[in-house]
Amino acid sequence: MMMDKRTHIRNGRIIDPAQGMDGYGDLIVEDGLIAEVCIKGAETPRKKQSASAANPGGERIIDARGMLVIPGLVDMHTHLREPGFEYKETIKTGTMAGIRGGFTSLCPMPNTNPVNDNPTVAAFVIKKAMAEGYCSVFPIGAITKGQHGQELAEMGLMQEIGCVAYSDDGRPVMNALVMRRALEYTKAFTFPLIAHCEDLSLSDDGVMNEGHISTHLGLKGVPAAAEEVMISRDIMLAKVTGGKLHIAHVSTRGSVELIRRAKSEGISITAETCPHYFSITERAVLGFDTNAKVNPPLRTDDDVAAIKEGLKDGTIDVIATDHAPHHADEKILEFDRAPSGISGLETALALSLTLVTEGVLTINQLLEKMALNPSRILGIERGTLKTAAVADVVIIDVEKEFIVNPDTFASKGKNTPFRGWTLKGVPSVVISKGRIYDNVEWKGANG
Amino acid sequence: MMNKELLNKQDIERILSRIAHEIMEKNKGPEKLCLVGIQRGGVHIAHRLSARIDMIEHVSVPVGSLDISLYRDDISRRKKLPIVRKTDIPFDISEKVIVLVDDVLFTGRSIRAALDALMDFGRPAQIQLAVLIDRGHRELPIRADYVGKNIPTARNENIEVQLEEESAEEKVVLISGE
Amino acid sequence: MPKDLVSIKDISKEETEALIDTALSFKAVLRRDIKKVPALRGKTVVNLFFEPSTRTKTSFELAEKRLSLDVINFAVSSSSVVKGESLLDTVRTIESYGIDYLVIRHPSSGVPHFIAKQTHASVVNAGDGINEHPTQALLDAVTMKERKGGVKGLEVAIVGDILHSRVARSNVDCLMKLGASVRLVGPPTLIPLNPPAGVKVYYDMDDGIRGADVVMMLRIQLERQGKSFFPSTKEFFKYWGLSAERLVLADKDALVMHPGPMNRGIEIASDVADCPQSVILEQVTNGIAVRMAVIYMLQ
Repeated sequence: MMMDKRTHIRNGRIIDPAQGMDGYGDLIVEDGLIAEVCIKGAETPRKKQSASAANPGGERIIDARGMLVIPGLVDMHTHLREPGFEYKETIKTGTMAGIRGGFTSLCPMPNTNPVNDNPTVAAFVIKKAMAEGYCSVFPIGAITKGQHGQELAEMGLMQEIGCVAYSDDGRPVMNALVMRRALEYTKAFTFPLIAHCEDLSLSDDGVMNEGHISTHLGLKGVPAAAEEVMISRDIMLAKVTGGKLHIAHVSTRGSVELIRRAKSEGISITAETCPHYFSITERAVLGFDTNAKVNPPLRTDDDVAAIKEGLKDGTIDVIATDHAPHHADEKILEFDRAPSGISGLETALALSLTLVTEGVLTINQLLEKMALNPSRILGIERGTLKTAAVADVVIIDVEKEFIVNPDTFASKGKNTPFRGWTLKGVPSVVISKGRIYDNVEWKGANG
Repeated sequence: MMNKELLNKQDIERILSRIAHEIMEKNKGPEKLCLVGIQRGGVHIAHRLSARIDMIEHVSVPVGSLDISLYRDDISRRKKLPIVRKTDIPFDISEKVIVLVDDVLFTGRSIRAALDALMDFGRPAQIQLAVLIDRGHRELPIRADYVGKNIPTARNENIEVQLEEESAEEKVVLISGE
Repeated sequence: MPKDLVSIKDISKEETEALIDTALSFKAVLRRDIKKVPALRGKTVVNLFFEPSTRTKTSFELAEKRLSLDVINFAVSSSSVVKGESLLDTVRTIESYGIDYLVIRHPSSGVPHFIAKQTHASVVNAGDGINEHPTQALLDAVTMKERKGGVKGLEVAIVGDILHSRVARSNVDCLMKLGASVRLVGPPTLIPLNPPAGVKVYYDMDDGIRGADVVMMLRIQLERQGKSFFPSTKEFFKYWGLSAERLVLADKDALVMHPGPMNRGIEIASDVADCPQSVILEQVTNGIAVRMAVIYMLQ
């Protein structure tokens, strides 16, 4: 890591959906901000020069030829586990994992211990992130005290501290009246509620998608309806209240269709999905692989197709990671006792880039979903390369292949069903608030 | 691999007739006598001996079959799983004279297993052993009471007894390895 | 033959048939005066039961003793599992005793699969969650083969709580592999929404058992009452219980089977359980022979 006074990124393909910008040129970072972006048009030929060098004048030059220069990615659904579960992840290791994955802003969910349901915990998270974090951290507070789904948490006061959204993620607000009140309450503020949509009485301790595979494996299934029933309810409540609702980790065709219809009716909602919901299916559970245990569960080929359609037509606004690191000892358990979750920060970008390869999204659309849209939904001034914006910049080598090896993850969570996958797209250099991290160099030292 | 025919159908029949006579002679008649063949070759030979004794003495000597795979001492070295065949001893062996019948006597380990197996069925007065071929190389102190033919072999050779009951052309073949 | 028997799906048709035939050979051993053979003398088996079980455990233990195995029972109540030791640590500890076979029953589906990957010992699944109970399926097949001459072509109706039944799950695969037709009969709440491919589902029991060669009743877990799977045991018996009047709809020589323990008067009428067509006690005997065959044949 280093902080140069001035950094000059040359000859990259600069893409910034916020400005409708896509072209070859130079980007200059100065004092932690974007100083200048200059699009020249055609790609200029490479000069004999090292890829990254500081010249005598104190200006660092990064040759980004053949690379994409994009806004730092924003993950609006992360679990950093601190405070309380530091053996799974810390703000330090989690933000490091973010940098490795091309993320410069992470939004940790409140299901820590203690729960982030009050200004004190929120302040702890923010202070810790300032001191130890490698990238920006925007905490998400709990909707209800203790995430018990009964009494509203001090969402206003937490916002003063820096919380950007509220969610009882990990568990739904089962009481519809409480959810109604929470949505109503948001109208006095600007923050959204992020709904983990799951009807617990329908999911009934199920551990994977209900279908042929669950019958085959003798594992208790969670029907798609458990998610869809709750999404329907929350859409109705959003409609009634006019509150700001964002639906977390959409995984089924039915959910996509419900959200699409709600949007077409003008109901103000947004939605996210995660890379694992468009990359793999319930078949990953075969062999009782607990690394494929996630909530909501991995679904079917048809659901994957629907998620992609939803991404393509804009029904789904955001790709978030739902990065959920767990300790190896917790995953090497009975399937129904193992916790849900995938350590996702370090594979999300490459998995999402396959959507571009497959023609589901353009690279510009992908960046909207991974940087611009989450910033807009959360009301944070990130996800863009506008002049004077905070210098969160990622330089991606989109052609570079790598084999997923969780043992080399910066995250403490090695729980991934993608071990051994060959993926394409490496964020070689990540600039967070002006600080430069050379992932390739670092990997050489640590991997 | 080289195959050499040692006995043909006629040879085998002559040998079996002789053994039948020897059994009668040694036991002074068929009373208390039972034959127990070891799966698989020994069972067929036991039935043939019984038929010959019937011809000679006009009495029917009961025949049982014994599978020894559960009594073997090489279970942990097995590469291929021994198929557990039928054990059928439809008579009480206690106080009887049992003639254990096998096709080839080699290391003696099968006979050791068969003796153990038989003991689990009762307490016979006496056990005798009849074999069609004795090829030597004993590893246990076991000796046959009735031997059809002694055939000296090398350890890496193999004796194959082919019987009509197994729908083969009846003969005894020496198979030389390598 | 594989190292483990964790799922009936892992063994081929040929291997299944070999196990059935070997079980029949072992059944003859069980009829002897001295019922013990020295086949696995000097080997050790641990019966690791994380769930209370009297019948299956007794059956396995007897089978193991008949094979001259040294038997150690490791029951959950007396184990360190209650002290919070992880499953993996428990298994590693047991493996360090130097054992050859591990028989496992566990309330979580997939545990034997998980353990089989972690140990060198041969693992036999004695029932995992609602997933599988492979030796039960094999003993049922042995019973059918013995009584009907073979399994191929039989019409087998499995009746009751299919959803939560590991017996049904293993039986469906085993029977279809051996060429039987399988019908699943029960209330819609107790039949998976996504039944295995190739089976026929009946909600009407009369239709479900009509002409069947085998009627296999499953135990209704009484704790399912009050969870809205069915209103009452009385109503359950009326629609899905096996009464004598209903049994006449099946083939006249149909076998009546039940993995036990039975709830008389709930899923099966008492007189049917004791009728000449009932082979329920033979299933118990065959269970020992099958478990001997399985342990003997694993490599």
